[in-house]
Amino acid sequence: SRRAMGRAMGLAGLLVGLLLVPAVLVSTSLRHGAPRTEPPLETAEWEPASGAVPEDSLWPLPQRLRTSPRQLQLAPARFQLVHGAGSSAGPACGLLQDAFRRYYEYMFGQSPRRKRGRRPPGARAEPELSQLQVVIESRDPGCHSYPHLGSSEAYHLTVTEPVAILKAKEVWGALRGLETFSQLVNEDDYGTFHVNESEIDDFPRFAHRGILIDTSRHYLPLKSILTNLDAMAFNKFNVLHWHVVDDQSFPYQSIYFPDLSGKGAYSYNHVYTPTDVHLVIEYARLRGIRVIPEFDTPGHTQSWGRGQKDLLTPCYNGEQPSGSFGPVNPILNTTYDFMTKFFKEISSVFPDAYIHLGGDEVNFDCWKSNPEVKEFMKKQGFGMDYAKLESYYIQKILDIVSSYNKGYMVWQEVFDNKVQLKPDTVVQVWMANNYAHELSSVTGAGFTAILAAPWYLDYISYGQDWKKYYSVEPLNFPGSEKQKRLLVGGEACLWGEFVDATNLTPRLWPRASAVGERLWSSRNVTNLQDAYKRLTNHRCRML
Amino acid sequence: AENEEPWGTPCTQLLVSVATPGCDGFPSLDSKESYKLSVSEGSLLLSADAVWGALRGLETFSQLVGRDENGTYYINKTEIVDFPRFPHRGLLLDTSRHYLPLKAILETLDVMAYNKFNVFHWHIVDDPSFPYESSTFPELSKQGAFNAMTHVYTASDVQMVIEYARLRGIRVIAEFDTPGHTLSWGPGAPGLLTPCFLGKNPSGTYGPINPILNSTYEFVTSLFQEVSAVFPDFFLHLGGDEVDFTCWKSNPKIRAFMKEMGFGEDYKKLESFYIQRLLDIISSLGKGYIVWQEVFDNGVKVRPDTIIHVWKQNSAPYMEEMANVTKAGYRALLSAPWYLNHISYGQDWMAAYQVEPLKFEGVPEQKDRVIGGEACMWGEYVDVTNLAPRLW
Repeated sequence: SRRAMGRAMGLAGLLVGLLLVPAVLVSTSLRHGAPRTEPPLETAEWEPASGAVPEDSLWPLPQRLRTSPRQLQLAPARFQLVHGAGSSAGPACGLLQDAFRRYYEYMFGQSPRRKRGRRPPGARAEPELSQLQVVIESRDPGCHSYPHLGSSEAYHLTVTEPVAILKAKEVWGALRGLETFSQLVNEDDYGTFHVNESEIDDFPRFAHRGILIDTSRHYLPLKSILTNLDAMAFNKFNVLHWHVVDDQSFPYQSIYFPDLSGKGAYSYNHVYTPTDVHLVIEYARLRGIRVIPEFDTPGHTQSWGRGQKDLLTPCYNGEQPSGSFGPVNPILNTTYDFMTKFFKEISSVFPDAYIHLGGDEVNFDCWKSNPEVKEFMKKQGFGMDYAKLESYYIQKILDIVSSYNKGYMVWQEVFDNKVQLKPDTVVQVWMANNYAHELSSVTGAGFTAILAAPWYLDYISYGQDWKKYYSVEPLNFPGSEKQKRLLVGGEACLWGEFVDATNLTPRLWPRASAVGERLWSSRNVTNLQDAYKRLTNHRCRML
Repeated sequence: AENEEPWGTPCTQLLVSVATPGCDGFPSLDSKESYKLSVSEGSLLLSADAVWGALRGLETFSQLVGRDENGTYYINKTEIVDFPRFPHRGLLLDTSRHYLPLKAILETLDVMAYNKFNVFHWHIVDDPSFPYESSTFPELSKQGAFNAMTHVYTASDVQMVIEYARLRGIRVIAEFDTPGHTLSWGPGAPGLLTPCFLGKNPSGTYGPINPILNSTYEFVTSLFQEVSAVFPDFFLHLGGDEVDFTCWKSNPKIRAFMKEMGFGEDYKKLESFYIQRLLDIISSLGKGYIVWQEVFDNGVKVRPDTIIHVWKQNSAPYMEEMANVTKAGYRALLSAPWYLNHISYGQDWMAAYQVEPLKFEGVPEQKDRVIGGEACMWGEYVDVTNLAPRLW
């Protein structure tokens, strides 16, 4: 059920109601977009909540929040989510129209008693909240555009009688605000919907808050991906890192190279058609989620070789080909002809400004065994340093992708192996060993970084491991203020070796929620007991 | 030739032949599950001593049937002689830490049948909740369930489970774990649990069942009278694990009782005192019992046909416990290496698979006392949203 649970009255809850959750100045420097003036921190003017404690189920916790014990009623038959006066968005804004319907359903369900009606005469004394008005402030609201790293997700929510107002610079902030509003509405024991008078000022601490799914180790049916996007929106995640192909299978149906999935997918039923891909991208867009595809090369490419002859390096056993293949063959022109055409397609199919190019775990053994590759190494003067060959390859791929005006993300090895990267490259730090040190190096060299290392959710273990993920502090690495600003966010990764549609949802959620709050909320929101209380309520609501 | 069928004469019937009648009975520890399956041209024969063997054979038969790329069903010529190595092959579900809807339990029974499990160990109540609707003591679930309207097993639910299981050759062994693990019993049975003390005054919290009151044994007798009638299997699981003595020690009346009985400071003796009486009650009801290993470890005097359930992983190697239990003449069930709720990354099925239940020092008679084992899915972190993928 998607409606908030009954409240528990706890001392902790009272304290949360008492305090303003302060905005920490550190977090403001990590936002992208126009700088905002900080309103002075006010002491709470309202009395502590004595009954309902609405903050009991907010997730992630907003930056600034104050509530009053004064409750407003909502009548599903009359309550409306509407565009407010002065909003740059209106009924033509499909994204918001869709969100209005979606959030109405989340809050009130699809009961047949949702017929419109007038307020009964002699109605109860409790004031009624009749509307939530959404006002987009920027001249270009963004209704028909795609979210990007610099999008504004900030919003200001005022819930008072008779109408609540949700203000946001762009539609993305409105989506985040609608989610929060829906978390404030709760149903009492009599089935009446209430919301406490409150004021919320919220924005994400980190701009890149992602989930990685792996559809190569196991195919994930479309439905499973879409359900996951819904769950991401509940937790204010805004990036789907789609690791779509890898060694095991190639489910992406390419327009230019149909044999890639024709010969590389597990079966004809285990593919993503162009229609499927567009559906994922649009479904995500309507939830303010970017889709960043990953086509990982030159390693992790076994499945590519089945449909694209001569793409992979033939490995040798002495003088003879062994019959097996290694990473992409970096010495052939045909390789780069292929990649040029392939990435042209990818660049046009996926609208995000970034493509993830992988570059991790390249095993050099096969290259070392191949006489032509060895010859090439000699000619290029690379000596025995195969990292140089890897760099040579990656460089050319990066140049190809740049020529299509895309930015790129790469796994940390590409940086570690000293490939020449464009300054706006995003490096994803994934190796668990001493990742803080790696973050220092990457940001110290001036590159943008995102953190995945402590958040490999495929590594399951017994008990409440969400606490471990929640307790990570991404900025705990040696570095200057400037460096810290280069860490733009992180990703919870669910690699697919042991995951398919039968177990994805319970394995990913609500553990990923812990990462979601860490990336959105303020740095000092670290109390595990309070988090436990809110997370248990949030989880039941997500069901 | 064009019209020649590639698969030979089509088979039209699987003949099932059962030697001993017993369609309307319940499976037991002694049930015969052996069967023979004979598949040859024009003849498909499944023969078994008892219906339970027929069920096992049907499952195997269904696994042999294949389908070719044209969609044709086929089966290879086969001869199978099969019987279980161990007669007690169980699965434990915990419906107290999290309620499991009836559908989830029935689904589990289906998958158990696919895997030839034959015991459903229903750990039905515990500290967090009491979902079992008792006709003798309706307040137990009224006050003890997570929600008395929605998170309970009615009498008809319980009958449904028992019959659904029976049709699959699965015994249902209910566990009403005492004297520990009983917090949820308290609200519906005032006076049952031991009041803990802080100094001279009751602290407001409660501990295990109070072993010194006659009312306790009256209650236990009545409850188990009902449970014995509701659950047809010969065995009941009585629990007896993890009894925390702190509360007993804090209670002055109990301390006085200890003195009176000459137990000194050895609360294990008090635990034994309770368990002894409980076992006598169960015996008088005509039931056998299974208990967790602590009952054996703490020297309780149990009947020779008691089955000891070995579950502890940390203290001593569990195989040592298996040796000790069987050496003392008791039958043993192994669960220690099969706590499937202890999840970990990767192909952990291999570790479970590689366990050899008889790998301990002992004479053949001892080894014969190992009647089987159980995979356990404790419910602290398990509910209907993740039960199936975690278990299978």
